Amino acid sequence: MTILEVEHLRKTYGEGPRATHAVGDLSFSVSSGEFVCIVGPSGCGKSTLLKCMSGLLPASSGEVRLAGRRITGPPPAMALVFQEYGRSLFPWMSVRDNVLLPLRHKGLSKDEQRRLVTDSIDEVGLTRFGDHYPWQLSGGMQQRVAIARALAYQPEVLLMDEPFASVDAQTRSDLEDLILNVRDRYGVTVVFVTHDIDESVYLADRIVVLTPAPTEVKETLTVDLPSPRDQVATKELPEFAHLRAHTYRLIMRPSDHEDPVGATAGAVAHGSPK
Amino acid sequence: MHRGTRMAPVVLVAVLLVLWELIARLSLLPRPEFPTMTGTAVELVRLLGTSQPWLASAQTLQAWALGMVIAIVLAVPVGIAVGTNRMLYRSVRLVIEFLRPVPSVALIPLAILIAGAGLTSKVGLAVFGAFWPLLLQCYYGMQDLDPVAEDTARSFGLGRFARFRHVALPSAVPYIATGARIASAIVLTVVVSAEIVIGAPGLGREVFVAQTSGAYETTYAITFLIGMLAWGLNVGVSAAERRVLHWHPSQRPVEA
Repeated sequence: MTILEVEHLRKTYGEGPRATHAVGDLSFSVSSGEFVCIVGPSGCGKSTLLKCMSGLLPASSGEVRLAGRRITGPPPAMALVFQEYGRSLFPWMSVRDNVLLPLRHKGLSKDEQRRLVTDSIDEVGLTRFGDHYPWQLSGGMQQRVAIARALAYQPEVLLMDEPFASVDAQTRSDLEDLILNVRDRYGVTVVFVTHDIDESVYLADRIVVLTPAPTEVKETLTVDLPSPRDQVATKELPEFAHLRAHTYRLIMRPSDHEDPVGATAGAVAHGSPK
Repeated sequence: MHRGTRMAPVVLVAVLLVLWELIARLSLLPRPEFPTMTGTAVELVRLLGTSQPWLASAQTLQAWALGMVIAIVLAVPVGIAVGTNRMLYRSVRLVIEFLRPVPSVALIPLAILIAGAGLTSKVGLAVFGAFWPLLLQCYYGMQDLDPVAEDTARSFGLGRFARFRHVALPSAVPYIATGARIASAIVLTVVVSAEIVIGAPGLGREVFVAQTSGAYETTYAITFLIGMLAWGLNVGVSAAERRVLHWHPSQRPVEA
């Protein structure tokens, strides 16, 4: 069943000859319970796309529908996790209060709110840290708080904007597995924007590869890797290597009028260290 | 902290006091106008045994407290309104830019004309002086709202009021606290100046009276009292700031 549809979405900043076309005619859809990664070259308007999808930014034309209803503002069935956890968590609130804040206006009983907060903090493995302040925690732990906050909100769709881009490699693997677990346990649909190709292949059921701005869908890939994924075993599979290489070429391949040699050199220079 | 480092300021103060005593004793400066440190200390102790300096301190402190409360009550809401509403900001900017640089003490004659030489004048002038920096700090605080924090709050469906109450206001508090610290110093300065110039009751009038009547040791003793009062207020305001801003990077304990 389709839960999220992006249809002929366009986003233009400014007007006339000086207008910037960030997103140009983008369409794709996400099924309920699916894990979709959106990857594309740097500066391809991924964040703009996510803002339009979350209702934070109005589209210039086209529309985004959640469960068949057009999105005009942030919908209650959607939660966002930002890359900048340090700015997205509120430093004057404890971990608990950060997780609690979005629940206050949802019309839940106090007991229900408390239960959701406790459960989601437990889920991300921060049971003992509820009374800490975000700035007392490491970066990875802070991003766990942001994930707990999103989970407590009980969304049907979780939108994540390069959520693990600012943590170290080890923490990143842990968080990747955490989010896969969360998806299985909560049955939530995840739309995950990343610029890391390995990450997208490892996490996704499907990858939407974008073109440079004005962004369009270049190709959609089904990732047919066995579940549950494993940081070592999954990445050893020939299919993993094949998908990774294919995605890489899609993103790094020059368009017809560009110099292919230069582009190949660029691909090597930007190569992921993993 | 190392013991020597902790003792250094105490040693410096002691050296300065001894230096003062020596300069006065050796008559390096004209003796009557520059009393000795010990003479001043004796006079200070004598004064503190009377009710006069305590009453005067209470009067100065009362004006300071009134000035702070009124300035905050007036400036914070206006600053927040101006900081959140561009139209309002554009319309009041000129007035602010024109009135802000006017020194409070220049308004003393006007204040006497309007409100006489009492508490009202002192407090009114102090409020005028403290109002502008406090207003601007509130304005900057509201302007500096992090777009990621705002997006986060919006994405979780927080309405305008909830975003103001839980996000915009707390993130402006560091600015408002700085404004309050600046305001505190301004209010005390203006209050004491007004007491000296208008003769409104308080430590300022006491020090002025002592000086004009040639009681130089008393003049020094009261000046010292005013210094102590200013220092105490600064310590108090900083402590309050630390309490409110325990979460802010400037106040967080240094990690071991």
